[in-house]
Amino acid sequence: MTDLLSKFDPLIHERETLLATGVKDPFSLVMEEVISPTVAICEGRETILLGTYNYMGMTFDDDVRQAGLKALEEFGSGTTGSRVLNGTYSLHRDCEEALKEFYDMDHAMVFSTGYQANLGIISTLAGKGDYVILDIDSHASIYDGCAMGNAEIVAFRHNDVEALEKRLKRLPPEAGKLVVLEGVYSMLGDVAPLKEMVRICKENGAMVLVDEAHSMGFIGENGRGVCEAQGVIDDVDFIIGTFSKSVGTVGGFCVSNHPKTEILRLVCRPYVFTASLPPSVMATASTSIRKLMHSGNKRAHLWENSKKLHQGLRDLGFTLGTPEAQSAIIAVIMPDLEKGAMMWQALLAEGLYVNLARPPATPANMTLLRCSLCAEHTSEQVDQILGMFEAAGKAVGAI
Amino acid sequence: MANREDIMAKISELIGPFNNKGVALTPETTFQGDLEWDSLTVMDFVAAVEDEFDIIITMNMQADIESVGQLSDAVAKLMEN
Repeated sequence: MTDLLSKFDPLIHERETLLATGVKDPFSLVMEEVISPTVAICEGRETILLGTYNYMGMTFDDDVRQAGLKALEEFGSGTTGSRVLNGTYSLHRDCEEALKEFYDMDHAMVFSTGYQANLGIISTLAGKGDYVILDIDSHASIYDGCAMGNAEIVAFRHNDVEALEKRLKRLPPEAGKLVVLEGVYSMLGDVAPLKEMVRICKENGAMVLVDEAHSMGFIGENGRGVCEAQGVIDDVDFIIGTFSKSVGTVGGFCVSNHPKTEILRLVCRPYVFTASLPPSVMATASTSIRKLMHSGNKRAHLWENSKKLHQGLRDLGFTLGTPEAQSAIIAVIMPDLEKGAMMWQALLAEGLYVNLARPPATPANMTLLRCSLCAEHTSEQVDQILGMFEAAGKAVGAI
Repeated sequence: MANREDIMAKISELIGPFNNKGVALTPETTFQGDLEWDSLTVMDFVAAVEDEFDIIITMNMQADIESVGQLSDAVAKLMEN
């Protein structure tokens, strides 16, 4: 018998080699208690969280939690069914209303996860003979949406406006084209030049989908994302987003002004063939989304945090993924996985949790310590964080 | 219209800057096995080939192209269309 798992032997070996150097496994951390959006107990120790996607700190918001508890009491623990059968409660509809209000758009579809929203929308929109044109650094859910569909896939160099334009011009003018972009690319925290890219897509007859997972709630005057900040939201055909970041729960969505959007509910397999989200999740999401509409002060504080951490880390001598703070993600570039894992462990020992990111998730085979800030981090916490980076960096010889 | 020899010669020229090991090129030379290119190098090289011949090599097509000869054939076919 061929052991089907033997194809993973190289990865097993790599992990064993890494762990043999004495570092803790960076991919099996457990949080024993969660005190707040920015503090948890890890291995008995109070730890500042700098590696969550809880950008707006909504997970412990009183109104959000109350809404969840009420829905749990009134509607029970789960729907046990698909959105198109018994899985649409009034709370699911209300959540879609909240999204329509938030984005000022005509249609909203809620999926069970953000991953499924990309998977479903991309694979359903682009069929046989159509083209999906995507940035080479796109998220796994975008690639998987491409793999699930039957369209031709064309990749272009990351954030390269000219490379996108050249490729669009080479495609058959009559073919259906979907350009898939992200507002913020999550590994380095860099922002896409959407203003130029969306214009080029329109000039070349392509529809545009923008994944705003890492910008919702934070970037743009109303928190609608990079396409709002760059003034092109009205030219974007579909926005994909998630509830598992700024919204603070779980789920995904697609919003659009396209008049035929509603038909997607019947033809999009990752929407149809899975159970809908629990009522409590819908109630927490709706409450959080409506509060995010009026969170200008929190947005301003999060920008202050992001800029302060970026400047501080640069001053300490770390190499960062972007020349300035472009989002709530600050990526510290480490020379290799071993050094990255050592630094990760040293930070954890200091009482700081960051994300260790490694290939294939990262571009250019980089090992990254990804820091994502929260609007609930105090300015003092950012000072503390910088102190921890200095101590850990010196301890492992990273600076 | 360029013939297969011309295309092959041009492709060999484009491989040059990425051929760090100085591998001798034949139609049977493979990108992953012989040239030992990683996915990033492949992407840069594909972009160079696309720009040179003003074509698109989709990721679907790339999955079936393993050798220099296969790439030359694919480019020739794309240029006919």
